[in-house]
Amino acid sequence: MCGLCGTLVGAEDWSGTAIGNEGATRRAARQRRVRLANQVLTHFGLRLDDWQGSAFLLSSRTGKTEMADSLLAVWRAGATICGCPLDPLDPSLIERLEALTPPPGAGA
Amino acid sequence: MEGRELIPVNVITGFLGSGKTSLLRHLLAAPDFADCAVLINEFGEVGLDHRLVERVEGDLVLLQSGCICCTIRGDLSETIRALWGRRERGEVMPFRRLVIETTGLADPTPILATVMSERVICHHFRLGNVVTTVDAVNSASQRARQPEWLKQAAVADRLIVTKTDLAEPAALDTLQAELHAINPIAPLFLSANAPPAARELLAQDIFDPAGKSAEVRRWLAAEQAAGPAHAHRHDVTRHDGGIVSFTVSFAEPIDWGAFGIWLGMLVAAHGEAVLRVKGIIRVAGAETPVAVHAVQHLVHAPVHLDRWSDDDRLSRLTFIVRDLDPALVRRSLAAFCRLGL
Repeated sequence: MCGLCGTLVGAEDWSGTAIGNEGATRRAARQRRVRLANQVLTHFGLRLDDWQGSAFLLSSRTGKTEMADSLLAVWRAGATICGCPLDPLDPSLIERLEALTPPPGAGA
Repeated sequence: MEGRELIPVNVITGFLGSGKTSLLRHLLAAPDFADCAVLINEFGEVGLDHRLVERVEGDLVLLQSGCICCTIRGDLSETIRALWGRRERGEVMPFRRLVIETTGLADPTPILATVMSERVICHHFRLGNVVTTVDAVNSASQRARQPEWLKQAAVADRLIVTKTDLAEPAALDTLQAELHAINPIAPLFLSANAPPAARELLAQDIFDPAGKSAEVRRWLAAEQAAGPAHAHRHDVTRHDGGIVSFTVSFAEPIDWGAFGIWLGMLVAAHGEAVLRVKGIIRVAGAETPVAVHAVQHLVHAPVHLDRWSDDDRLSRLTFIVRDLDPALVRRSLAAFCRLGL
């Protein structure tokens, strides 16, 4: 249990740890995380849904579906559905995300 | 994971003849570290190492089969679990630290994965510092022959250059520059016959509540000391073997959810190429920094630090990667940070 964020984490689900402004509750943080992930997953033709707060359901437009017990597992499940890794370095994905909002002033 | 009393596991790695076992003997002779359990494995002529280590007081469990890294990870897992069982039953001393000495030819990453990922082990143990010994005299030829050399240097939390009294000064300078280029965030020690203090090597890691802030200061200091190239954002130090190290700084707070998505995707897609990620994040909505630490596809649980050590409050991440374009990594992270806006 993390003393500051109060979230039980294991080696496998570090990315599920809520820190900062992610929401007042763990559930809110989880739903927010799903919303953010979907902004990326739509590029790959995928959609993520929370499944009763305990798992994630990843679906393709053609109906392929995989369950994932953590957000880290979602990326592996996506690779299974798509047949290739979901690459964050894909230039077309980067361009899509860069078009989301005006430059935030962060380091380039 | 903070707040739990987990037993730290140190991994000592380095090429054959680079002084791992001598270092181990030195470390175990320190009074504060007498209560370590030690795992070594036999590999070819390392039987000599075995006889040397046998004289150390405490528990010694030999792994019986082959190379620790690729063929007996299951054995390593079972050995650690069995050792824990014996500790619980009072059959061995209640050791407070476990040290694993790898073979000289080992890629240490699977060992780290075993400690970090095996469900039973990571319930009782946590990874501590990885200490890599580098032979000042023979490193050039070792590097040319064995790619593991680069990997061992890249994943180190502490680098120790041994036999410095036998090396030519110019060659030693070159080696130091090379190690800084491969791994700019690991403090580097020179050792002729007197290794550094055990506490500096084994303890004071990022998961030690009393030492985590100091450890982050060491990361940042080592990164700065690596040379002017690392003192500025976006600069890159290239090394042969396709290994590149670079540091990215962000002045604006970073959304943790967006960062987690990015890093998770990066290690899922490119874990083999991401040798190391270390740094601190200024998380949006959090007053204090969060330390991030990853080795290939293994990402440690984030560590909350008590305070900022400087006023600039920059997020700083140092990457050591193989065959990845630093500009693309940087651009990708910046793009993902827009998710949370």
